[in-house]
Amino acid sequence: VPQDVEVKTGDAAQSASPVHTGPPDVPVVRHSARPSSRWRERLNRWDVRFSPYAYISPFFLLFLVIGMFPLIYTAVVSVYDWSLIGGRGEFVGLQNYRDVLGNPYFWKSAVNTLSIFVLSSGPQILIALGLAGLLDTALRGATFWRMGVLLPFVVAPAAVAIIFGSLFGDRYGLFNEALGWIGLPGVPWHTDRLASHIAIATMVNWRWTGYNALILLAAMQAVPRELYDAAAIDGAGRYRQFTSITVPSIRPTVIFVVITSTIGGLQIFAEPRLFDTTLAQNGGSDRQFSTMTMLVYDFGWHLRDLGRASATAWLLFVLIILIALVNYFLSRRFGALAGIHRPRRWKR
Amino acid sequence: VYRSTPRATRTWALTATAAVLLSLGLAACGGDDGDDGGSADSSVKITIATFNEFGYEDLISEWNDANPDIQVTQKKVGTWDDAKENLYTKLAAGSGLSDIEAIEGDAMPAILAESDAFVDLTDTELDGRWLDFKAAAATNADGQMIGYGTDAGPEGICYRSDLFEKAGLPTDRDEVAARMGTWDDYFATGEEFVKKVPGTAWYDSTGGTAQAMLNQVENPFEQSDNTIDVENADLQAVYATLTANIDKGLSTKLTQWSDDWTASFQKDGFATMACPGWMLGVVSGNADGVAGWDFANVFPGGGGNWGGSFLVVPQQSEHPDEAKEFAAWITAPEQQVKAFQAIGAFPSQVEALTSPEVLDMTNEFFNNAPVGQILSDRAAAITVQPYKGPKYSDILQAFQAALLRVDDGTNDPAESWETFLSDVDQL
Repeated sequence: VPQDVEVKTGDAAQSASPVHTGPPDVPVVRHSARPSSRWRERLNRWDVRFSPYAYISPFFLLFLVIGMFPLIYTAVVSVYDWSLIGGRGEFVGLQNYRDVLGNPYFWKSAVNTLSIFVLSSGPQILIALGLAGLLDTALRGATFWRMGVLLPFVVAPAAVAIIFGSLFGDRYGLFNEALGWIGLPGVPWHTDRLASHIAIATMVNWRWTGYNALILLAAMQAVPRELYDAAAIDGAGRYRQFTSITVPSIRPTVIFVVITSTIGGLQIFAEPRLFDTTLAQNGGSDRQFSTMTMLVYDFGWHLRDLGRASATAWLLFVLIILIALVNYFLSRRFGALAGIHRPRRWKR
Repeated sequence: VYRSTPRATRTWALTATAAVLLSLGLAACGGDDGDDGGSADSSVKITIATFNEFGYEDLISEWNDANPDIQVTQKKVGTWDDAKENLYTKLAAGSGLSDIEAIEGDAMPAILAESDAFVDLTDTELDGRWLDFKAAAATNADGQMIGYGTDAGPEGICYRSDLFEKAGLPTDRDEVAARMGTWDDYFATGEEFVKKVPGTAWYDSTGGTAQAMLNQVENPFEQSDNTIDVENADLQAVYATLTANIDKGLSTKLTQWSDDWTASFQKDGFATMACPGWMLGVVSGNADGVAGWDFANVFPGGGGNWGGSFLVVPQQSEHPDEAKEFAAWITAPEQQVKAFQAIGAFPSQVEALTSPEVLDMTNEFFNNAPVGQILSDRAAAITVQPYKGPKYSDILQAFQAALLRVDDGTNDPAESWETFLSDVDQL
């Protein structure tokens, strides 16, 4: 029987690989001399040392092409007079940056971006955390509820904007009509600065809260259940368990969610642009809800000045890094504060 | 070291077969694309991109039936602002534009400044086809004709006779015309109207009325050497009049072409509006089912031309000759007459203006008004062609935003004017 098996294996190998023509039981390297086996040893060593880099290289090569190259190219464009259609003009050094920083719309857009970001990311992560905590309990039809919170994420942003656009319409919108029923005046959603930020943040929250909740839920499910049992024996209630076990245990995931939503929140574009009803679509008649990316678009495509657009894009890049760092330290600290209640012996 | 089993071999073979089939399939698709106009299907396919309504649907079917070797498809977008963004983005990208692009009249000077990106459409056979001002607006400094004119925009006044009656105003076309000879008369009648019919504005939008007034100013934004001059007395007068009207309740305070603006046609939002020929189709579309619209043979301050478009062929087009041939055909007088019958786009072609099909045309939606005759009279009344330089379209957008800030209550007129000046500085 063993003989039979060996023959079959050989046949299979042969048919699969036409190059491997020798008899299956004859190793190819049998006649190799000593130098060759040292060569093999070296190959082995290199294999162990370098192969992992080769395996992860596709990501970095792709990143180089579609991430790093545009970043550097944008930096090059930003120091030239560069027209959308005419292409590269004169070298102007940092003049584009000075122009952008001196433009009143830059600061307005920066404040709007931060305001919309705070109004969206803050509530979003808190609600996601609470929602994930609820989904982590023993629910009937858990999969149904878990898929349910993801539904808004599947809807295209353009469709979200159309739906919310008719809800937040200044004259014939549902919210304002509802306010009218109870005798309150309508809110000027498109002209009041704060009101427009709230409307846009609502759109963003509706779309992203469920997505973040699912990521947090996945992390929560990896928390060892015995921690909860021990806490229950010690007399900790549900809320105390959540703040003292769940939140500190998933801290790395919270940091991840905070940083990704920082990046996404500061680059917000589709929602405010589709929310806009003015012809120029620069974010309201007085740029009440113009964001940094909308300003990049305004410079690049309305004013056809890619130099200033690139300078704005780089300033946005720097701003995102700064705020991501601030958030990183804040959320570490938030985790550490929450961790005060955690008894030492639970430390893994 | 192979440890293959027959099962693994079979899987491998299946995968390989699938891969080969897939790559063959892809290659076949690639072949089709690269073989455009080859032996398999010898017709050339060209596209024409338009915005708003051009009235070309039936004409394109007619062409396609008669010319199996050049098949045309139309791409439509809602507003010129959308079309403009698409145009500039794809001009910059160097690809993606249609073989023929429609250009709004006010933006033509900016297009002429980028003449290199477009095909020279000069054709001596077409000399004299268009009205002089239309041909001049499509010709660059080197004497090349970059665009073929489609329609012109002589303006009359569209009005709601039922609402006029409610306000105790005359409803007859000629009597209405008698009360709108100047802008002062027009606005004074409006004040009378809004007192009688509260809740309904006099005109559709501040922005639209602004364009109507600007088209009677010789140098609205730029001097004839293209220097920007927005602090001129004429422009300030238009701005002052319109912002004062907002407080008087004459304006709907809506953005022209916005959803609320479209909805206001159905909700007795306003009683009159400045109507170039091409606007007639827009009004009858938006106000579908609303009775009482009429069209008066008058325009405040005489005549005015608003809009009227051009067709251009971008250099990126792979079939510039066929595109040119089609553009020349569809802008011929006979075709433009049909577009006029379809949606009211008034011809800019000399021969079409005297054709009985144009002059005798009436419009059922507008109480059977003789729109052909009225628009011809309005065209004859045009005395001023405003100077529009390459920045005209951009400045106009900033000016409209300035009016909107006063409309929506964000700014008072003085603040908004300051913002407008700084916006123009950024251009």
